Amino acid sequence: MTAAPVHLLGERLMLDPAGALWWPARRLLAIADLHLEKGSALAARGSLVPPYDSRATLERLTRLVRLYRPERLLLLGDSFHDPKGAARLGAAEREALAALSRLTAITWLAGNHDPGTAEEVHEPPLTFRHVPRGETGEVAGHLHPKAAVTVRGAWVARPCFVADSRRVLLPAFGAYTGGLDVRDPAIRSLFPRGARVFLLGKDRLFSFPLAAAAPLSEPAAKAMSGA
Amino acid sequence: MPEPIPAPPDLAPLPAPLAAWFARRGWQPHPHQRAVLAAARAGRSALLLAPTGAGKTLAGFLPTLADLAETPRPGLHTLYVSPLKALAADIARNLERPIAEAGLAITLDVRTGDTDQASRRRQREAPPNILLTTPESLALLLSFPDSARLFADLRTVVVDEIHALAGTKRGDQLALCLARLGTLAPGAVRIGLSATAPWPDHLAAFLSADGRGTGVERIAAPPGAAPAIEIRLPEGPLPWSGHMGLMAAEAIYRLIRAHRSTIVFVNTRAQAELVFAALWRLNDDALPIALHHGSLARDQRLKVEAAMARGELRAVVATSSLDLGIDWGEVDLVVQVGAPKGVSRLLQRIGRANHRWDEPSRAVLVPANRFELLECLCALDGVREGALDGDPSPPGGLDVLAQHVMGTVCAGPIHPDELYAEVTRAAPYRDLARRDFDDVVRFVEDGGYALSAYERYRRLFRDAEGRLHLADERAARRWRLNIGTIVEAPLLKVKLGRGFGGATLGEIEEYFVSLLNPGDTFLFAGRLLRFDRLRETVVECSPAHGDDPKVPAYAGGRLPLTTYLADRVRALLQDRRRWQGLPADVAEWLELQRRRSRLPGPADLLVETFPRGGRWFLVAYCFEGRNAHQTLGMLLTRRMERAGFRPLGFVATDYVLAVWSAAEPRDVARLFDEEMLGEDLEEWMAESSLLKRTFRHVAVIAGLVERNHLGGAKTGRQVTVNTDLIYDVLRKYEPDHVLLRATRADAARGLVDVGRVALMLRRARGRIVHMALSRVSPLAVPVLLEVGKEHVATGEGQDALLAEAEAAQLLAEARGEADPPAVTPPPLRAERPVHPVHRANVARDRKRRPGGIALGTQGRATLRTIRSRRQASLPLPE
Repeated sequence: MTAAPVHLLGERLMLDPAGALWWPARRLLAIADLHLEKGSALAARGSLVPPYDSRATLERLTRLVRLYRPERLLLLGDSFHDPKGAARLGAAEREALAALSRLTAITWLAGNHDPGTAEEVHEPPLTFRHVPRGETGEVAGHLHPKAAVTVRGAWVARPCFVADSRRVLLPAFGAYTGGLDVRDPAIRSLFPRGARVFLLGKDRLFSFPLAAAAPLSEPAAKAMSGA
Repeated sequence: MPEPIPAPPDLAPLPAPLAAWFARRGWQPHPHQRAVLAAARAGRSALLLAPTGAGKTLAGFLPTLADLAETPRPGLHTLYVSPLKALAADIARNLERPIAEAGLAITLDVRTGDTDQASRRRQREAPPNILLTTPESLALLLSFPDSARLFADLRTVVVDEIHALAGTKRGDQLALCLARLGTLAPGAVRIGLSATAPWPDHLAAFLSADGRGTGVERIAAPPGAAPAIEIRLPEGPLPWSGHMGLMAAEAIYRLIRAHRSTIVFVNTRAQAELVFAALWRLNDDALPIALHHGSLARDQRLKVEAAMARGELRAVVATSSLDLGIDWGEVDLVVQVGAPKGVSRLLQRIGRANHRWDEPSRAVLVPANRFELLECLCALDGVREGALDGDPSPPGGLDVLAQHVMGTVCAGPIHPDELYAEVTRAAPYRDLARRDFDDVVRFVEDGGYALSAYERYRRLFRDAEGRLHLADERAARRWRLNIGTIVEAPLLKVKLGRGFGGATLGEIEEYFVSLLNPGDTFLFAGRLLRFDRLRETVVECSPAHGDDPKVPAYAGGRLPLTTYLADRVRALLQDRRRWQGLPADVAEWLELQRRRSRLPGPADLLVETFPRGGRWFLVAYCFEGRNAHQTLGMLLTRRMERAGFRPLGFVATDYVLAVWSAAEPRDVARLFDEEMLGEDLEEWMAESSLLKRTFRHVAVIAGLVERNHLGGAKTGRQVTVNTDLIYDVLRKYEPDHVLLRATRADAARGLVDVGRVALMLRRARGRIVHMALSRVSPLAVPVLLEVGKEHVATGEGQDALLAEAEAAQLLAEARGEADPPAVTPPPLRAERPVHPVHRANVARDRKRRPGGIALGTQGRATLRTIRSRRQASLPLPE
């Protein structure tokens, strides 16, 4: 696992290929959109997908916390897929969360899916929040950025970070979280002067200009935006 | 094959109105038609194997017409199941005539996906005597609580084109429905109609009430006249590689001109577009020549079929979309461009010409390259010898079973023991283990996970006697919306012009569109189009002019070579006496191979290694078909990587696999060890996009994810999850889950074809002949010419591709060629009522892309490659 450095308002941040942001100077680890208990939320609607998503997500999270040993773990909202998600969490997963909180101080930011203990966290010069507002110095989640590239006629799509000199968008971390094309105006409009995308790989990140991303072509997204 | 059975006339007398109808037309029922009638009257089921034009349909319906002529009565008497909606409608029209002309009081109706709600309701309330339907519509009918009443008086089930259904997932579904009908209407006889097929026992089992062929009479119509087939070759040397066969366009055009009506069969949609374009370039006489393939808009296809039926077309260029179906009496020639891939398939296609079974069908084969010529010759020999090929049916899919279990419970409570006994009467499931059945039932109940987290979301519950009940009526409605075993690739509509006014030309793989930039031109629906933009699910295009278009290619479009035909090609390679009949340049090519290296033997596996252009090549003559070779290539490069040979890429054709590497591959026999199918296969399966696609199909069919939602999208909440993510999680936490078992079973065949790789490796054990050569061998030339044209893959997977893309991007940036920053975006919206990710996910699961499959040669073929070459007829070797 090789993390890639980016600089935001003079601060050096490390982007981890697992989808986490590490701020060495403050020993702070930020992770977005865990969407815990998405599986059971789908099951309640009759789609009995494997019930292991929370376990998978928490295992990956625990591995990162053991690796970086952060003083602070910031979960940037939508940590649970819905407000009742926490109540559905299984015993083993509750224990995993408890174990995590013994390793580090967890701050749960509010998302649009779940309540949190804070709307945003100011850690000058940076601000951590769920929904990006277009302010300088913010680190946010919410949008689940995902990018595709084509090479030799093959097509590869991955969740990704999007970063310019003013802000960083984190990929969604949850095992069942999907992605939004970085070419979507919702993401692109945050980066009027262009940005770099960092696609998550097994051992490292792969970096491209935002403008070089191929369409993820999830066209129905646009079809439904008027609804 | 059973002999034609002349029916004793007294056993099958026709009722007076029918006899009079035959007499008025000056007809006599054929002996095989009488035999079917006699069997049905005696309460026995019958399987009729007959060539096209032998009056199969009438044979199938004769028992019904006779019974209802003698004893007219209301109620559903006969159910007819066809693989094609269009065929069901066509048969209905053909039946109406004898019914009307013989003055019979028989009602009939069609029920398919196209039937409107009002007609459907009417059919259930007051069923016609004869209902013509498809496997999907039958499954739907059987899921209603009133199905027991509807089918109680059923006397006959007619299954048409049974050879095209058996062995497929639709066939599995139909077999399960037949087993259900066996419970609801145990007295009904079954009549199966099939083209002459290689596995009559399998078809009889498929049709039978016990899944083992018991009580099914085999009836064979006399074979039709032997087809008259010839091979056309371009003048001059036969090409080494390429599959399009465009050099033959002029010869094909002359054939079309000399015949009344011709079907030009090709192997892929891309080839159809190119051949069609080439023919129209030559079409100075403005002959009505049409195009027919599965991507074209339905209206478009129906128009072509109607024009064909009216005898208005001189030719239609078609893919397998016209292999089955409606009979066109006017067609007097079939042209097969490219390799036929199988003897049975060739016969099926040839049979589309001339539907009078006592006259020979005329066909011309046009091989596109040397190996295809060998294949054509062998297929011809096979046809002459009356050989048939094709694989026996694999066991039924567990995903289809899951769909059926849910459908059966939708109709009413049932005990698992009872249901198990019933489904094992369906041929594909006759050896179904109780454990697999129980796992499928558990999957339907609550997902069947070891972690029983979904107790409260159960779809089924069990009563005190252990019978399965539906927990929630909404689940039944959702199931009915998602029925069926055909999972379509994500497709986008292709429209000419902007907005709502544009004409829809057809549908195209989303994946192909993602490779297009605005302004790129491509061939589609016989036109040259310019890609303007993607709007919602619509690819907006405008007419274009110019050269060098891309052609939509479809990775799964090519059928692999059958084992039977491959064996014949090997035998031909070994038999030098038969080379005399080959064109001189081809015979010389084989002779040169014999001297420089050696020829692949019938039982060994020839592997050549040689250096060329600073790399080492390894060429394996496996003859197992392109799909199996692709899989073998993925596995072999992994092993070569570990062995330190540094493989760089590979290319697979139907005949050979070629791998190139930086270091010389040594100890070749060890590379081909069967252990490849252990860990290497598991590792590859974890990230293979083919496996993920296979899993997605299984997940959709089994009902794990839905293709259609019950108003789910309205809430704006994410209601689906990408099946790739489910695949990863399930593999990690429950690798033996029933859906993963179903996925592995599917991977044994089809696009992955692991089964064929396994058989080949086992057969080749101890028989690998390694020729270490100093330079390229003659037989390796064709595959080396495919390098750079065909999809080149390395075993390393997607991260390696990403690294390559990143390096290319860096280089472009260093040269100052990188893309300019994105255009000024619209201002950021302050509020976002619907989460964009949710919209995207809803959209994505509806429109999943098949990740990472590359375009083949076809993608870059150009119209410039069409050259007018003189063609000559090849004298066939005796």
